[in-house]
Amino acid sequence: MKLPYERPTLRKLTAGMPNKFGPRAGARAVTALDGVAVAELVARFGSPLFVLSERQLRRSYQAAVRAFGTRYPRVQLAWSYKTNYLNAVCRVFHQEGAWAEVVSGMELEKALGNGVPGPHILFNGPGKRRADLERACEVDAVIHLDNADELHLLLDVAAGRARRPRVALRVNLDAGIVPQWDRFGFNLENGEAWQALGRVACSGRLALVGLHCHIGTYVLQPAAYGAAATKLAALARRCAQELHTAVHYLDLGGGFPSTNTLKGAYLPATDTVPPLDDYAEAVAGALLGAGFPPDELPLLVLEAGRALVDEAGSLIGTVLANKRLADGRRATILDFGVNLLFTSFWYDHHISPTREFSTAAEPTVLYGPLCMNIDMLRESIALPLLAPGDIVVVHKVGAYNMSQWQQFINLRPNVVLIDQAGQPHVIRAAETLEYLQQLEAVPAHLL
Amino acid sequence: MKLKKNIATSEAGFVFNPATGDSFAANPLAADILARTKAGQEAAAIKADILEHYDVAPGQLEKDWDDLLAQLREFNLLD
Repeated sequence: MKLPYERPTLRKLTAGMPNKFGPRAGARAVTALDGVAVAELVARFGSPLFVLSERQLRRSYQAAVRAFGTRYPRVQLAWSYKTNYLNAVCRVFHQEGAWAEVVSGMELEKALGNGVPGPHILFNGPGKRRADLERACEVDAVIHLDNADELHLLLDVAAGRARRPRVALRVNLDAGIVPQWDRFGFNLENGEAWQALGRVACSGRLALVGLHCHIGTYVLQPAAYGAAATKLAALARRCAQELHTAVHYLDLGGGFPSTNTLKGAYLPATDTVPPLDDYAEAVAGALLGAGFPPDELPLLVLEAGRALVDEAGSLIGTVLANKRLADGRRATILDFGVNLLFTSFWYDHHISPTREFSTAAEPTVLYGPLCMNIDMLRESIALPLLAPGDIVVVHKVGAYNMSQWQQFINLRPNVVLIDQAGQPHVIRAAETLEYLQQLEAVPAHLL
Repeated sequence: MKLKKNIATSEAGFVFNPATGDSFAANPLAADILARTKAGQEAAAIKADILEHYDVAPGQLEKDWDDLLAQLREFNLLD
């Protein structure tokens, strides 16, 4: 029997300060996802392949509910559709009890199609059209007002309706972090939000039911959520006292991080991202200390997305080729690129081999298959000596990739969900050229 | 392939260039190839021996051999 082969390679040794912190160096082989062998998944569904774990989706949801629900008595999660609006994923969260948070007319229809009652749909987004507002009124979704033009458009839409549209006001505020997100909603500190609330209350055409803010994305400071909750609670109490309007819910938005490591971060996110409990502690502490009578505590709504779905998603891919760059660096070309792994623009994704290798590793640039210079997945990653045909797994890709992916140069692949019994199900079939071209038309003179 | 005369190698895969002070870690197969090269063995004989003992296709070995040469050139270890 012949010896296992690994290509001959040299690694230059560089002197520097050793780092005794951080996780174990070196890649560990991941041979199965949720108990299903990676090789079997590739054989059945091809490569590249997105894989979602139903077990992890539910686990993450329940962990979030537990973190907030054990600290505050009235909590409701609203699944952020844009993070991953594959129907199977949405339905898992709705089965768990999530409402829907949508940001377009298309997402509103998807939520309705997934059986979410209109009153359990929160309609955010800065670009609602008249038709979107009319549809939201028709199904009694809660419209989160973003700007004055939208408010006046909705007042117009609401005129003559038997039922007053239910609205919440989107508020942007200084939560003590930079950058301060001020592009969504009405500003609190300059009085714009209060002015808008007065107009809503006085109009007689709209029913104010909530206040909303979304302070940012991948926010690493739980205290910022505490600050936002304090300000939103004070605004709600002012509504009750001065406008005689009871605010039923406070929506603290989303922006909770996952444990993906941001580009440029010195330590891995698993070492630096605060647990969801810290965010829950900050928010619950602020709301419980805001002075609401115990029987008038507002419902706390959270529009979690990334924190619920990122960890449940994996992307399986295959090495197509290796090459050496002009400066001597190793480069590996995979069968997926930024077209599928959009989040590689933000994260240094953790990538594992799927078979055992020796401990030898080489700093490698990871490229996708696109004929575009931007198609770089990792600028430098220490990987074992992968050969063409080797399979790799990218971890924590559940958020945004399956909604922001692009049909560009290559078709989009299968997406499978592994159910809690370990059975894989295709939840979105691989695209075909026919699918891609079905909306195209060629003028007669070009036929 | 001809290694510079002053390059020091060890069985464990440590490679040292005293002219530049650079040092390198070679994986077991690269260390073996360098040792044989230093001992004056011809490339064809080394490759034949690898093909006989390792689970690798000739085409793959040729590609990897070229890649090793590229690395040795990049690291300034060849004459």
